[in-house]
Amino acid sequence: MSQQPVVFTRRSFLEGLNLSVGGLALGLVPTVSAEAAAPGVKSAPELRPNVFVHVAADGLVTIVCHRSEMGQGIRSSMPVVVADELGADMARVKVVQAVGDAVYGDQNTDGSSSIRGVFQDLRRTGATARTMLVAAAAKRWKVKPEACEAREHAVYLRDGQRSLGFGELVADAVKLPVPKAEAVQLRPLSELRRVGSELPLLDGPAYVTGKAVFGADVKLPGMLIAVVARPPVVGGKVARFDATRALAIPGVKQVLELPPPHRPYLFQGWGGVAVLAENTWAAMRGRQALDITWENGPNESYDSEKYRVALLESVRAPGKPARSVGDVDKALASAARVVEAEYYAPHLSHAPMEPPVALARVAGGVCEVWAATQHPQAARTEAAKTAGLPEDKVTVNVTLLGGGFGRKSKADFVAEAVFLAKTAGVPVRVQWTREDDIRHDYYHSASAQKLSAGLDAQGKPTAWLHRTSFPAIRSTFSEDVTGPVARDLNQGVLDLALDIPNVRAEMGEALAKVRIGWLRSVNNIFHAYAVGSFMDELAHARGVDPRDNLLEVIGPARKVSVAELGVTTLPNYGAPVEAHPVDAGRLRRVIERVTEMSGWNERAKNGRTLGLAAHRSFLSYVGVVVSMTKDAVGKARVDEAWVVVDAGLVVNPDRVRSQMEGSVIFGMSLAMYGSITMKEGATEQSNFRDYRLVRIADAPRAIHVDIVRSEEAPGGVGEPGVPPVAPAIVNAIFALTGIRVRELPIIRTVPV
Amino acid sequence: MSIRVRVNGVEQELDVDPEMPLLWALRDVLGLTGTKYGCGQALCGACSVHLDGQVVRACVTPIRRADGREVTTIEGLSPDGGHPLQRAWVELGVPQCGFCQSGQLMCAAALLAKKPQPTDADIDQSLAGNLCRCGTYTRIRAAVKKAAGVPDSK
Repeated sequence: MSQQPVVFTRRSFLEGLNLSVGGLALGLVPTVSAEAAAPGVKSAPELRPNVFVHVAADGLVTIVCHRSEMGQGIRSSMPVVVADELGADMARVKVVQAVGDAVYGDQNTDGSSSIRGVFQDLRRTGATARTMLVAAAAKRWKVKPEACEAREHAVYLRDGQRSLGFGELVADAVKLPVPKAEAVQLRPLSELRRVGSELPLLDGPAYVTGKAVFGADVKLPGMLIAVVARPPVVGGKVARFDATRALAIPGVKQVLELPPPHRPYLFQGWGGVAVLAENTWAAMRGRQALDITWENGPNESYDSEKYRVALLESVRAPGKPARSVGDVDKALASAARVVEAEYYAPHLSHAPMEPPVALARVAGGVCEVWAATQHPQAARTEAAKTAGLPEDKVTVNVTLLGGGFGRKSKADFVAEAVFLAKTAGVPVRVQWTREDDIRHDYYHSASAQKLSAGLDAQGKPTAWLHRTSFPAIRSTFSEDVTGPVARDLNQGVLDLALDIPNVRAEMGEALAKVRIGWLRSVNNIFHAYAVGSFMDELAHARGVDPRDNLLEVIGPARKVSVAELGVTTLPNYGAPVEAHPVDAGRLRRVIERVTEMSGWNERAKNGRTLGLAAHRSFLSYVGVVVSMTKDAVGKARVDEAWVVVDAGLVVNPDRVRSQMEGSVIFGMSLAMYGSITMKEGATEQSNFRDYRLVRIADAPRAIHVDIVRSEEAPGGVGEPGVPPVAPAIVNAIFALTGIRVRELPIIRTVPV
Repeated sequence: MSIRVRVNGVEQELDVDPEMPLLWALRDVLGLTGTKYGCGQALCGACSVHLDGQVVRACVTPIRRADGREVTTIEGLSPDGGHPLQRAWVELGVPQCGFCQSGQLMCAAALLAKKPQPTDADIDQSLAGNLCRCGTYTRIRAAVKKAAGVPDSK
């Protein structure tokens, strides 16, 4: 079958830490006709040159979206790339959400990787179908394919005299061999008619009418709803329980114990006791009525306040080097002045608006899952393991996500649903409550950092030492992890352009006491916070304008080599450094533009205090300025925000703008209020009352976004807007109040 | 106990626990899944519906309180998605993940019914209880004003 992949790469979360990028499954067997690849289609032929794009005889083009929709607008963006290459009219395109299957290549929707990872491959899927339709038309007209062009859902003879609709060509096209990838010519970028233009939001009407289908909106006959009491401490388990009172509640049908997970925790369920009921309310009441005695295990000793002290202690001593040029110790010892600062940032919870939810049915030797998952193939693997079935007997259907931010890459909630469905013998939807979500997350790492800079007699920086310490994500996947390794510092430490002759980065040890996971922009959050704050501290110490200082420390526009960075390799988000260099020029440009847009030079005259930060992440460059004011009761508030993003070539500018707007709000939440703490091993927060998020009245009056026009290879969009927000706010608060915030959330130091 | 409630103009008779929150009666019993569960404690607004025209958080409203009354959910806001707010939401590309938006729309609709020409402060006050983790707040303000025909100075 021609859609059988010859080669595909799938990245591993263990190796790549969710940061590398795999290609699409595009190996096309050229000798087999495309018709053979359409099993089950009996009457009308359908052109299926690959698993991503199908053309029916009635002209309907089906494009498969293999990445999950979680608010980034991927379903409104990816299909447009395919349609543009094909020459299809979007009004005659149907977008279908892929199930979890390795034939699609990597489907893990994280690492801001969807467009940047597969832009060229996606184009090739559409171009392949186009090449075949054009060849069919050329044959019919007895002309060379070069005399034909595909546009507006038809193939035209270039003289404009004749045309044939896509549908009319399908019967002929399916008889042709699928061309080899290298024989397929991509259009020049200028011919991609909709890419880069204002595109409609495909799912907009469904969202505003309540018709959009999220994780909890799928219903099966005979289904029960499960609410689970999970061990309050990671690694804890049920010592004993009594379900008598729970079973007495009307609507409660079964109470089942879930198996405790083994270390490392990976994507296993948490264990605990599930109450299965006819409706969610009964299941929730049933859980309340359970009488459970827990065995907490060794993580009971986890105390965030003590851990904070220990983490800060660890960055006061030398760590393992991860980046080194020159002689930092000598330069610091001989510096006329040394500027130093320590920073701390706590655990965070993802808190997507829809808490985790999955529905499973295990019957007749097959397992079906409907889940709000960012990572349908991991969900499939976990479901198969739990059901005791081979993966080809497992189907994972992907609903809309209701937010993800990294939480829904983990398949633990899918494992729970499959276990319960199998054990109960009926379809089961496992519904996490908000309390479950906040208390049992794969948390963003707590972190401590120390930055030191040496200045010469003229105030010029001669040395830069950055120490960072945090429990690493790998600890969730492997037992022998004692802290970060060099590649964990890729995010904002190794790839930081510095025009300073002596630079060293070091990492300290930190043992994980909870499940650590990736949260939107990951380690960039705390690294950008510390670096962006320290740049501002350095400017004030030197008596230099913060923007001028930043530009000077970054240095002249240049592509910074691996040697200049002082590393042997750069993980670089899975992309080759040649295609995506550390480009100081692009970083400078977003700083220059965002300061120009925000009236940086006139800030005193305008009575504003502004804060600036800029950061490279996921191969994109983002500069942020925020203005701060004090409100009537003396609280600092973000009044306005400006964002300049250089993400290379942009497919869907409106979704890029919306991601930047959202990043400002997400960044404000984590900077001002976000904090998850543990006491006796258990999470102290439980709902939006104590895990505070930005509300509409806290939102800036306006968020201005400017996208740098570029034909550079696409970079990430979903995450890169977040990292510079916290340091920009902290710097603006310093300008407003004279108080330097060295610990997040800000509310612990300054009223916000 | 049987509860009679008119939902989106249709008379319904429900044989459920009178303490069951309206949210779960709508979602699990009537199959109206446009109203969302986000927190269960009236903290996020994702479950906002109208009870006799007033906004309530369905997750903390026992179904017995709706007995003999009229409930409007997102599915009943307009027959065809043509409410000015729904149109403005789509035109301005407000939703990101979309999950909170039915609650946002129901609160915004109640605001416009009371105050057809709202200011930013009115909007912020009326939607203070509606969280959006994706951060669509600035577009929500713009879309409410667009629907109301109030010029947006931003």
